[in-house]
Order: sequence, then structure tokens, then C-alpha cells
Amino acid sequence: MSSIAQNDNILEIKDLHVVYETDSETVYAVNGIDLSLKAGKTLGIVGETGAGKTTTALSILRLLPQDIGKITSGSITFNGQELLTLGKSEMQKIRGASISMIFQDPMTSLNPVNTVGDQIYESLMLHNDEHKSKKELEERVDAILESVGIPKTRKKEYPHQFSGGMKQRIVIAIALACHPAVVIADEPTTALDVTIQAQVLAMMSALRDQLGMAMILITHDLGVVAETCDDVAVMYAGEIVESGTVEDIFGHVRHHPYTEGLFGSIPSLGSDAKRLKPISGLMPDPTNLPTGCSFHPRCPYATEKCREEKPEARYFGTHFVACHLITGGEPKNDE
Amino acid sequence: MDSKTATVSVDIKKARKRRSKEIIRRFRKNKLAMVGLVIITIMILMAVFADVIADYEEGAIRQHSDQRLLSPSWEHPFGTDTYGRDQLARVVHGARVSLSLGVFTTVISLGLGGLLGAMCGYYGGVFDEIVMRLMDILLSIPTLLMAIAIVSALGPTVMNLLIAITISQIPVFTRVVRSSVLSVVGEDYIEAAKIGGSKDLHIILHDVLPNAIGPIIVQGTMSIAAMILLAAGLSFIGLGVQPPQPEWGNMLNQARDNMMTHPYLVIIPGICIAISAFSINLVGDGLRDALDPKLKN
Amino acid sequence: MLKYILRRLLLLIPILLGVILLIMFIMDLTPGDPATLLLGINATPEAIEELNDELGFNDPLLVQYADYIIGALHGDLGTSWQTSRPVFGEIMSRFPVTLKLAVFSIIVTAIIGIPLGIISAIKKYSVLDMVCTSVAMIFTSLPRFWLGMMLILLFSVQLGWLPTNGVGTWKHYILPVFTLAAPTAAKIMRLTRTTMLETIRSDYVRTARSKGAGENRIIVHHELKNAILPVVTSLGIEFGQLLGGAILIETVFSMQGISTLMITAIRMKDTPLVTGSIVFFATMVCITMLIIDLLYTAIDPRLRTKYTKAK
Repeated sequence: MSSIAQNDNILEIKDLHVVYETDSETVYAVNGIDLSLKAGKTLGIVGETGAGKTTTALSILRLLPQDIGKITSGSITFNGQELLTLGKSEMQKIRGASISMIFQDPMTSLNPVNTVGDQIYESLMLHNDEHKSKKELEERVDAILESVGIPKTRKKEYPHQFSGGMKQRIVIAIALACHPAVVIADEPTTALDVTIQAQVLAMMSALRDQLGMAMILITHDLGVVAETCDDVAVMYAGEIVESGTVEDIFGHVRHHPYTEGLFGSIPSLGSDAKRLKPISGLMPDPTNLPTGCSFHPRCPYATEKCREEKPEARYFGTHFVACHLITGGEPKNDE
Repeated sequence: MDSKTATVSVDIKKARKRRSKEIIRRFRKNKLAMVGLVIITIMILMAVFADVIADYEEGAIRQHSDQRLLSPSWEHPFGTDTYGRDQLARVVHGARVSLSLGVFTTVISLGLGGLLGAMCGYYGGVFDEIVMRLMDILLSIPTLLMAIAIVSALGPTVMNLLIAITISQIPVFTRVVRSSVLSVVGEDYIEAAKIGGSKDLHIILHDVLPNAIGPIIVQGTMSIAAMILLAAGLSFIGLGVQPPQPEWGNMLNQARDNMMTHPYLVIIPGICIAISAFSINLVGDGLRDALDPKLKN
Repeated sequence: MLKYILRRLLLLIPILLGVILLIMFIMDLTPGDPATLLLGINATPEAIEELNDELGFNDPLLVQYADYIIGALHGDLGTSWQTSRPVFGEIMSRFPVTLKLAVFSIIVTAIIGIPLGIISAIKKYSVLDMVCTSVAMIFTSLPRFWLGMMLILLFSVQLGWLPTNGVGTWKHYILPVFTLAAPTAAKIMRLTRTTMLETIRSDYVRTARSKGAGENRIIVHHELKNAILPVVTSLGIEFGQLLGGAILIETVFSMQGISTLMITAIRMKDTPLVTGSIVFFATMVCITMLIIDLLYTAIDPRLRTKYTKAK
């Protein structure tokens, strides 16, 4: 199974470990995750704040905060090419052109002293391999702006002259300017008004289909995942506790207790108005992770075994779960 | 309701206590700041025990025509000045004047400016508008110039020097305190206290200021250093502490005529000013980093 | 934009009036009446009364203030009691020296302070950064006038390279300008470093990186462009302080600028000259602040668009 799957994986992450080191402490942000993204498909990564989703995304582009964030081990390959050992200038060629990123907060993601047109132009200019003229690039800027629903007449304006939703459209325009093969969207709608969220999301999906891009969508909104994703990975404390196709995760099979908890904490119109069941407790301290299964302090079913032993990953076809309570399936096999 | 607000306020107090502990821990880890603290403590002790080190009348004031301009020796470690006075005695007694001018002017201007600033930030409106326009006027006159105007009008005495420096420094604190207060005044707990029926003054003193104190302390510390420099500068041009009373700035002024031949006379008081200001600035920097670790790096 | 400039100019008027009133009020606190000072204690009471009348000192304070302000608008700041020459003329004859000192100093400040601040921020925690920040810390703590004396001792007395005082040649300006500029440059260096570090950590710089921009492009196009804005304002404020700070430097280097004129005037109790000099200084500072404000509005798009749109 794995050998066939590998060929259509455009992006693959293997056993990635990331830490943040400061003078006084070490934060274990990502602890050995495996992820794969198929060309043209959308992978959703869900989990609470602090689960390591953004860290994973930044690691792919090698944009972790300098001096503090470090990738300690693992591999990230794009079209079979290892990214973690690439030189500075090769990595710069990948960024924006092949893999790009849409950031969470449009209010701070745009440079306040450059016009929005210039900021999109910069993307094109940096990856202008076909040596197009300035005029041609400017025309591209106009077209891109129109494609995200902003009149091209506004390209000489500055970010502060746009609303939050408009700014996020510009951030998206910048990310998609060079038609990257992979776009990573880090909670692209969290900072926006609810009414605008849907618009922006619909626009992103449409552009993704139109350009045939693969996408990693980081979110904590399971509704969004169900609507837009093909595959889903559930992250907790820097690990992936469950993953599979959307059908696997939303289907009526046994889930990781954390995934169950996530579902329990969203209101649904369909079901009877039972009380919401939030997951009790807080994310573990990432500087001092619990032994065994990192979810055990909050897990309602935790046993002695959970406290001591790290759970083995079990595969049920495309569905993968890491929990002591779930037996059967195949063990994880690394080729 | 009452018991709830009570527990909330206890929680806030606890959180505050924990925060101050954390700040102290961070400050103590900062080596440069600790060095600054040690140096300035030594300077202060020197000023406090000036009388033990040298007698004021005998050492720092009385002139000895037979001991003029002696180079540093065992008997006079810092040498003697034009009038045959022991420079060590004058430096330690000068420390009293210079350091206390720095501290007193800062404390008074912080008190007055702080009160104005807190009221501006808390009440806002017309009062704020008027006070801030007045402060704009004061700020358009360079500090040294303002102090010169006041001292030249009132006459050069220590008291007038104190008044002059204090007035020139008030707008600085009014601004700092006002913006600090503004940053907390919109917070929920202040609204809660207002709804709870607390008196304005009580709210300002118990809720607003403790939460806005960080930048004020830092500015206050840095200000002591700046005021020592300012006082020395004014005394240097003859508008501050008048001889024969020793102060580092006027010692430099008196030594100017002989500085080519007896450089130690200008080097030593100057180093005293520089070291005091430097160590206070180190402490101020350390405090700022300890209060807001985000600003570090 | 024009409307904004006009509005700022109008706002300058009450501030300047306030400054003049404040200074006149402070100078009025001087004990003793002017005529007695002018004619000496041996003068007859009649003569004193007559002179006070003639000079307008018997008018109510408000009338005196109004007269002064009307005069000031015409470039008439009164007559010096010492030299009997117009105060404005006296000031203008000395102003070039002070202005040169302040202008050269602010240029030196910018040339030294800004690049060092940028390098320190980019090479954070490197040896160079440590050296720059420590030296800056020392310079901000030095009394300027003492630094000047030390430089005279070193470069003029010990090495004999540069003249100690006067304003004859450009060589005369080297030490005073450096003395005046050094602590300010240190301050600007620290500020530039801080604002650069803030932008280095900002989200929009990360966005620029995610586009594939190289380090140099990020520094110039994204970091510096944002970090420089607060530094410009600060340079304006510092220019005002440099004009004031020149007072001590002119004294140390015996330069014939406004400051030495003013200090002599204070010693001689030449009140019109003292008041005139301070009013002149304060006006210069206010105008500088206005220019910096306008410049800031022109270079910061967030402000520029606000005022170009509001027609």
C-alpha cells in the first residue's frame, strides 16, 4: 500500500520533531509526526490551540522563529526532494513559488508601509523565472486582485485602508500569486467575522479547485473540515492521535477519545439539545509532557497502561488511531 | 455578589504577588543590572557616610593655601584643588548633593506629574485636554533651557535648582503615567470597580496605579540618572549649586582653569557623575527587561 | 495635505504664545525692578520711575506681554540693556554657530546611530552587538560637557591634533560636534535596534519570508522601512534637545554661539536678552517639531492617506 501511495504524495513528513529552546526552558512542540499530502487534495489538521499545528506548518517552509525554533529530527520531502537539508537560496526558491502559506491574522500579516499591489508584485517578481516585463507582472497583479474579489483600482492602496476580510483576501492573493503546488492555510478564517468566514473559505476552495493545488488547512473548526477536506489529521500535544479520510473521521467507528472529545464540544443542530461536553482539563505543559499517552490526564477512560506506555499506532485501512483502548487493525509499518 | 468580588480581588492580589516574585527573579538573573545595583549602592553608602570619610568643614570647605594643586598621594588620594582642599572630601560630600538632587527631583516630579497624568488618563475630557496642551508648551522648551530660565530668574541656589529641574521634568511623567493609566483604564476590572461603587481616588490608587506601575518605575529610575546629569550641567555653567559647597558639576567648573596641568581634577568628579548615571541606567534597563521580557532580545 | 499643513501651522500659534507667556512669566520672577538694575543704586527715585515708565514696566503685566508678542511678530525682541542693540540682531549674529553645531551633530547622530542600530539588531547577541550596546549605554550616561573636556585633554592637549576653542575653521567643529552628537547617537542607536527587533519579529516579515524574499531584501524593503519611522520622530525631538544641549558645549569649547551670549546675559542680568534667547530657542524647537511632524505624515502611509483623503 505504501509504495503506491507514495507516488501521488506531493508532500510527505516523516517523524518530525520540533522544539523551541529559550534560556530557561525547552518546549516540545512537535513530537514525531507523520503526514502525507496527495497532489490536488486537501488535508485538514485539527486540534486545540497549542497542539503544534502552526509549528508543523512553519516547519514545512522552514520559517520557525530564528534562534529559538529548531527541527531536531525527521524529514520533509516535497516531490521527493528533501526540504530540511536545502540551502538558503534553494529554500527561497521553493517558498512562495512551490509551497506558500496563508497566515492566521490578516491584520498583522501585511506590511503596513507597502501598497497591497506592491506586496503581490513582490511575490511575482521574486519568482519571475520567465523574465516577464514589469508591465506584464503588473497586469498579473491586477488579474490576481480581481480573482480574489478586489477591484484592481485599489492596488495602490495600503493595508489599513481595507477591512479584515479584504485583507485576508489580499493575503490569499499573495500566497496564490505564483500558482504554488501546495498552499498551507493556517486558520485562515479564525480572525474574521463569522459571516465573512464562509465567503473567504468558499473563495479559497474555488481557487484551489481552479488552480489544482494541494492544500493543508489548519483549523479547529470541524464543520470546515467536513466541508472542504479530503483527509484529516487530529493533533494533540505535538502528536497525531488519529488520521484518515473525512469519512473515516466523521464515520461511526471507534475514535480516539480526544477526537470524541472534540466532537463533543461542538454544538450540532441535528442532535437533541443535550449539554455540550467540553474536554475537561487543559493541554499538558509542553515543557514537561506526561509519560505514556500524552492525553491520559484528561482521558475519561485512562488506565494504568495509558499512564506508563506510549500507545502503538493501529491502521484500519486508511484510518489510523493511536490509543490503547483500540485494538485490532495492523500495526504501523515503516516500509 | 460581594463574596465573589472579594475572592476575585484576592485572586488578583495573589496573581500580582506571583508576578512581582517572577519580576524579582528575572531581575536578579540579569548580571549587568546587579552590577549596576551594587555600584549605585556603594555610591549611596559613600554619600550617607560622607562625614565618617571626611569632615565637611575641615576637609571640604576650609582652604589651605600651602596645599594647593597637590597631585594624588597617600595623604590626598584624589589630590587637592586650587584652594588646597582635599578632593576626596569634596567628592564624597558632593555625592550627597548630586545624588539627592537626582532622587528628590525625580520623586517630586514623579509625584506631581504622576498625579496630573493619572487624573488626565482617568477622567479624560476637557481636563485632560487642557493639561496636555500645557504640557505640550512645557515640552517645547528644551529641558536645560527651561531649567536655565527658572534658575536665572529665581537666583542660583540649591532650592531653586531643585524647583527648576522638577518643573522641567513634570511633563515627562505626566505623559508616561497618563499613557500607562489609559492602557489599563478600559480593562474590565476597572469597570467592575466603578460599578461596584468605589470612590475615584480609591480606584486610582488601588486598581489603576498598581497595574500601570511598570513603565513608571522604569522611567523613574532612568530619570534619576538624567537629573544627576542635568543638575551637574547647570552647576557647571554656574547656575546650580554655588561654591564653596561641593557638587560634582561645580567642581568640574572650578577645575576647568587648571585642567590642562592637573587633569585629575576634572577626571575624578566626571567619572563619579558618569558611574552614577551608568549604574542607575543599568538598573533601569534591567527593570525594564524584568518587567516586560517580551521587550528583551 | 495642504489643509493639514495649514492646520498644523495654526496649532503652532497657541503653543508658541504659551511658550512666550511662560518664559516672560518666569523671567518676571526676577527680584528687583529693571530700572534700578539699569541705572544702579545711586540713581534718583525720579529717574528710576521715568525709565520704568519709558520702558513700559509700569504697564499692567498683560499689556507688557501683548506689547512683547506684537513686537516679536515683527522680529523685535526688545533692546539689550548691556549693549543697547536690538536683541534680535544680537541673536542672529550668534545663531549660525549654534545652528551649525546642532545641524552637524544631528547628521553625525543619524550617520552613526542608525546603521549601528540596524547592524546590532540583525546580528543580535553577536560580539559586535554586545560592544555596540555596551558602548551606547556608557555614552548615554556621560555628561556631555565632561566628555568635551576629556576629548580636549586627549586630542588637543595630549595629541595636539585639534584646536581647543574658537570657531575659526572646520577643525574647530570636530570635537564639539562629536561631543554633542555622541550621547544622542547612542540613544538613536538603541532606539533603532529596538524598533528593528520589533519588526524582525513581526508577522509581515514572516509573510515576506514565506514569499521567498532574500535576507537583504527583507532588511531593506520590509524591516527598515517600518523601523525607521519612529526613529525619524525621535531625531526631531533630539534636534531640539541638541539646540539646548549646545549651551554646555559652547561653554566648554568657548564658542561664540547663542548659548554663550545667553549665559553672559544671565550673569549681567540682561533680562531682554535672556528672554529673547530663550523665546528664540523655543521657537526653533517648535518649528523643528512641526517640520518633523509633517515629514512623518509624508513618509507614513497610514497618516498620509488619512489626510489626503479627508479633503
